[in-house]
Amino acid sequence: MAITTDTPTDERASATDEGQTPRKQRRSAANVWFGVIAWVVGIAFFFPVFWMVLTSFKTEADAYTPTPKLFFQPTLEQYEGVFSSGLGPYIANSVAATVLSTIFVLLLGVPAAFALSLRPVKKTSDVLFFFISTKMLPVVAAIVPIYVVVNQIGMLDNIWTLIILYTGMNLPIAVWMMRSFFLEVPGELLEQASIDGAPLWRTLREIVLPIISPGIFATALICVIFAWNEFFFAVNLTAANAGTVPVFLVGFITSEGLYWAQLSAAATIAALPVVLAGWVAQNKLVQGLSFGAVK
Amino acid sequence: MAEVVFDEASRIYTPGAKPAVDRLSLTVADGDLVVLVGPSGSGKSTALRMLAGLEPIDAGSVRINGRDVVDVQPKDRDIAMVFQNYALYPSKTVAENMAFPLKMRGMEKEERGRRVRQAAEMLGLTEYLDRKPKALSGGQRQRVAMGRAIVREPQVFLMDEPLSNLDAKMRVQTRAQIAEMQNRLAVSTVYVTHDQVEAMTMGDKVAVLADGKLQQYATPPELYDRPANAFVAGFIGSPAMNLLELPRSSSGVTLGGIEIPLTREVTDAAGSRDKLTVGIRPEDWVLESTDADAASVVKAVVDVVEELGSESYLYAHLAEDTATTIVVRGPGRVKVRFGDPIAVRPTAEALHVFDVESGERLD
Repeated sequence: MAITTDTPTDERASATDEGQTPRKQRRSAANVWFGVIAWVVGIAFFFPVFWMVLTSFKTEADAYTPTPKLFFQPTLEQYEGVFSSGLGPYIANSVAATVLSTIFVLLLGVPAAFALSLRPVKKTSDVLFFFISTKMLPVVAAIVPIYVVVNQIGMLDNIWTLIILYTGMNLPIAVWMMRSFFLEVPGELLEQASIDGAPLWRTLREIVLPIISPGIFATALICVIFAWNEFFFAVNLTAANAGTVPVFLVGFITSEGLYWAQLSAAATIAALPVVLAGWVAQNKLVQGLSFGAVK
Repeated sequence: MAEVVFDEASRIYTPGAKPAVDRLSLTVADGDLVVLVGPSGSGKSTALRMLAGLEPIDAGSVRINGRDVVDVQPKDRDIAMVFQNYALYPSKTVAENMAFPLKMRGMEKEERGRRVRQAAEMLGLTEYLDRKPKALSGGQRQRVAMGRAIVREPQVFLMDEPLSNLDAKMRVQTRAQIAEMQNRLAVSTVYVTHDQVEAMTMGDKVAVLADGKLQQYATPPELYDRPANAFVAGFIGSPAMNLLELPRSSSGVTLGGIEIPLTREVTDAAGSRDKLTVGIRPEDWVLESTDADAASVVKAVVDVVEELGSESYLYAHLAEDTATTIVVRGPGRVKVRFGDPIAVRPTAEALHVFDVESGERLD
């Protein structure tokens, strides 16, 4: 798209301003190359996903042809197969862990971020560093103590274990993100509210939150994505009772590893909620992630 | 209705550093509009925020109606503030914005509605009551902020450069509106601006601040006619007063080869100083014909002519001393152009004389 719209502009420019022409042409040539690279990278990222979705509608016979088939008779039998092999409880677990942990992150993170942005004190940067430092330790290094603790208190294969861990996992990022949104709120609004006599929680709820709701929304969505896709804790700490969709998927690879079409269907189901949530929320998400960038 | 007193009030951001507001003492009489004016960094906004309770008072005190408010929360000071960017709540409608301070005070819904409608009528906002601030023009937003202050019926209005986000025409219009409204409501008002025209036109009294210190607190005519020091002299008036450092002569000072006599009071106060800062307002020069007696006029060469229609301002440098520039008010449609010679004579009675070092007024 960039290529086609650029051309007429350049023609006009060369007609009016001869001296600028060579530089403009060089720039448009560069634009063409950036365009090509963008398309190549985009397709390279998208193609495996596309192929996965495509394969999920094939029969196993079609999925295994030596030359890959682009046109075939689509079927839903793989999806039926996936659901009949007991995906349901895993989805329920994933939904519970994702939704509840995100709610907890917001309940704890919004006040924390508000406090850290409202009136910076000497130790604010230390607190912020403490939050982010918890993300510096690789999860692999922490899994053994976590496993031992969870085992001791008898919480193995319990969905609440995952909810608590996901809350802890997402909280630092959420606080950092939301703090940057809170910082965009003009200080005069808070001062006006204090002169008007609004208590702090009312200032937060009635004045600040409506302004930064796109930012909160974006933060929540990122927490949802991270929690939904989390695999390492889930695979180490859960089994049949509290297993989530990624755990199911891995089990599926080992047990039905040769059935490409059915595996693709399972993977598509796993990926779908996040893609849907992102698509539904894309306006708010872009608004939130670019919050304050243009003023 | 209230009297506001700043009593040696200071604000020190970092201990040991220069105070942002240095022992400010002034009294705002009941019902007066007092303007705090000064260049940026003069401490005028800080002083206002100390009164509002948004900045702590590190030394001295601030009293509203005799009550020391140093330890009183902003909401309990019975004040209303209008911010430079209006600080309207973006998620609330105009009516909700105006009613919010009343709601926070637990006022009945009906009384709230009545007051909001009344204020909206006064400010011409009735048809915009259901709009969000985003859908209003700058002038309308400004009026909503005013309305939110009015409905409170506070003891004191605080205004922090409320006009500086408006375009020139709106600013002049709103300036008159605010002054008129303040007169009608007779609520004591402290108004901060960096614009000396606003200060002169709106203030019952004007406090000129520089470097955190009060320079002069007086009525506008007094500020203009008898500036207390060279800073006030240069700050009030547009174009600014000509401030020239001139050597003493037997009975006055010399400028461009002529002698300007000084009054007896000034020469007495000047004592043995051999140089004085002499201030001459642009309108206190008399334009003479260029072939006048050379002993009584100062010759200068015009650099720029600003023609304003009813009058003009000539920016010129002295013929004898090209480094010294002066501004002279001339009549409208003045005939001189760039490079023309002019001859001017200062009106001796209208001179302002200051000490060169301290800038203090002498006489």
